[in-house]
Amino acid sequence: MADSPKQDDWTKPAAMAIPKEGFFKLEQGRYGPIFPKTPACHGFSIIAKVKPGREQAVREYGKNIEEAVKGDPYVLAPLRLHYLRWVLFDVGSGLHFQYQGIFDTDFDKYLEDAVALFVKTGITTVFVNLEGWPEDWKTNVSAVITFFREHQCPSFLEYGEYPYVSADEIKKALQLKAAFSNMLDQMQ
Amino acid sequence: MLEFEDIQHILVTRVPALTGRYEFLSFRNAAGGRAWLADIVEKVQSAAEVRASVEREHRWVTVAFTWNGLRALGVDEISLATFPEEFKHGMVARAEILGDTGANHPDNWVGGLASPDLHTIVVLFARDVTERGRCQAEHAKLIARCTGVEVLSSLDLEATPPFGYAHDHFGYRDRLSQPVIEGTGEEPTPGSGAPLKAGEFILGYPDEDGLPANLPKPEVLSRNGSYMAYRRLQQHVGAFRAFLRQHGQTREEQELVAAKLMGRWRSGAPLTLAPDGDDPELGADPQRNNDFNYKQMDPHGYAVPLGAHIRRMNPRDTAVNMNRRRMIRRGATYGPQLPEDTPEDGLERGIAAFVICASLIRQFEFAQNVWANDRNFHELGNERDPIIGNQDGTLEFKIPRRPIRRKLTGLPAFTTVRGGAYFFLPGIKALRYLAALGDAHGTECDSVKAQES
Repeated sequence: MADSPKQDDWTKPAAMAIPKEGFFKLEQGRYGPIFPKTPACHGFSIIAKVKPGREQAVREYGKNIEEAVKGDPYVLAPLRLHYLRWVLFDVGSGLHFQYQGIFDTDFDKYLEDAVALFVKTGITTVFVNLEGWPEDWKTNVSAVITFFREHQCPSFLEYGEYPYVSADEIKKALQLKAAFSNMLDQMQ
Repeated sequence: MLEFEDIQHILVTRVPALTGRYEFLSFRNAAGGRAWLADIVEKVQSAAEVRASVEREHRWVTVAFTWNGLRALGVDEISLATFPEEFKHGMVARAEILGDTGANHPDNWVGGLASPDLHTIVVLFARDVTERGRCQAEHAKLIARCTGVEVLSSLDLEATPPFGYAHDHFGYRDRLSQPVIEGTGEEPTPGSGAPLKAGEFILGYPDEDGLPANLPKPEVLSRNGSYMAYRRLQQHVGAFRAFLRQHGQTREEQELVAAKLMGRWRSGAPLTLAPDGDDPELGADPQRNNDFNYKQMDPHGYAVPLGAHIRRMNPRDTAVNMNRRRMIRRGATYGPQLPEDTPEDGLERGIAAFVICASLIRQFEFAQNVWANDRNFHELGNERDPIIGNQDGTLEFKIPRRPIRRKLTGLPAFTTVRGGAYFFLPGIKALRYLAALGDAHGTECDSVKAQES
């Protein structure tokens, strides 16, 4: 079940501290507990260790995704994203990879669609450089979903300057602004 | 090439039945259960048989098992472990995911369907009541001969007038949008999409993504099988009609509210093609009544509201990977018809239906969890499916309209889940394999064979 829609005032910035489990009340989704919507909308932070010697392969993938989005700017639209961040870091325990996303749908709901999209765009091929990635990922969607679930690190705090606002609402507001400006121009 | 002689007929054929009966059984004794199965398997028709004989047959039998049922028959733990998690859990354990909370909660279910003792379902479809009665008596005799086979409950199905077309107790024409399986030779009606790979519905074949991994083992058990989610959905006809009267002054206005909730007029005519008034001829014409999309024809929901039942259960070109979410629906109505202008009589009536698919979690559970019960589907904010969603009187239904939309608030529940279960629908060879498990075959059942029914 979805969280009840937040009626919070978008003009009032808000922060939310989140329990260690990543949720306040255990609510079962199809693949596991549902993570709550926060002032920073939905999101995930997938963190996994990079296989030795694979740093360059991971870095080069940045270019591939850039090209994929250039080729079809709406290729990632089904993920209902705000932002994605891809980070490589080593704080002394080996090279780690972080894939952090902020989006408007529940992590659990569209997992199969996300995996299908990752396969289609080649995003999954970057994951083969990570430890723990299932060998049979091409045919075993549930193993891929398990990997994401197991490597998701829930936030303990999230903040929104304009809380709970969806990407669609932002785009609609900007379109309205553009249409309004255009209307004023036409009236000159 | 599909193995029609091994696939249970319910997967690919719709039979000309006006009545039916579901019996829910429990096996207290594995050998008794296998003896029962060894007998009834002779009456379970394959798709090939039904295709050849449907005109002269009078009854059609389907058999399927819960995970507990497979164990009760003696399937070993290694094999049981290879079934998917959601099937192992069963529908009761998945209640929260499915929206079966509040009045829909398994605690309120009837017929022993929420019990772990539910092991098998026998689905009988019959041409008429006489034939149903005859089969029912034959089956009772078979059960009496088999040790430890117990009937938990049963449900009689009846079509209601007018008999010329399938419809539910609310009066909506049904069975208008069914996927077609590639290789069956069937032609999809215009608008229904191309035939889908068999693996979307039948185990052992490639699906829309290729050859699926991790099918249940051994192969003889899973091949040509499928999964059936059973739903017994009570329809509150009195409450539904009262709602229409409350929100429509005239007959025409009431029909429009009914059409907006569904996305089709009760005649079956889709609002995308008949936005301003009913067109019964269109509703009855399979060449036209499903030939529409949403992205081009109705992006804002001025015809079919974004939260209408058919737009949720089949978002067509507005959902990604739509081909991986399709489901085959079978079933029938039960309970007496509530005549027009008759007050609610308190009798239970509804739909007892099966959703058949290769993956309960990806197809059936997704549809329940996301399409039917996600309050924020299509950014609607505070809605669930007006017909089958979990409604507690606090949600709304928005009808886009120019210049401003109409919002119906405090939607009551027009349906209540009265029971359900996840079944595995084995192929014919798998039924024989199950019947022959162990060495007790034939010893727990009177050796006199049942008269052919």
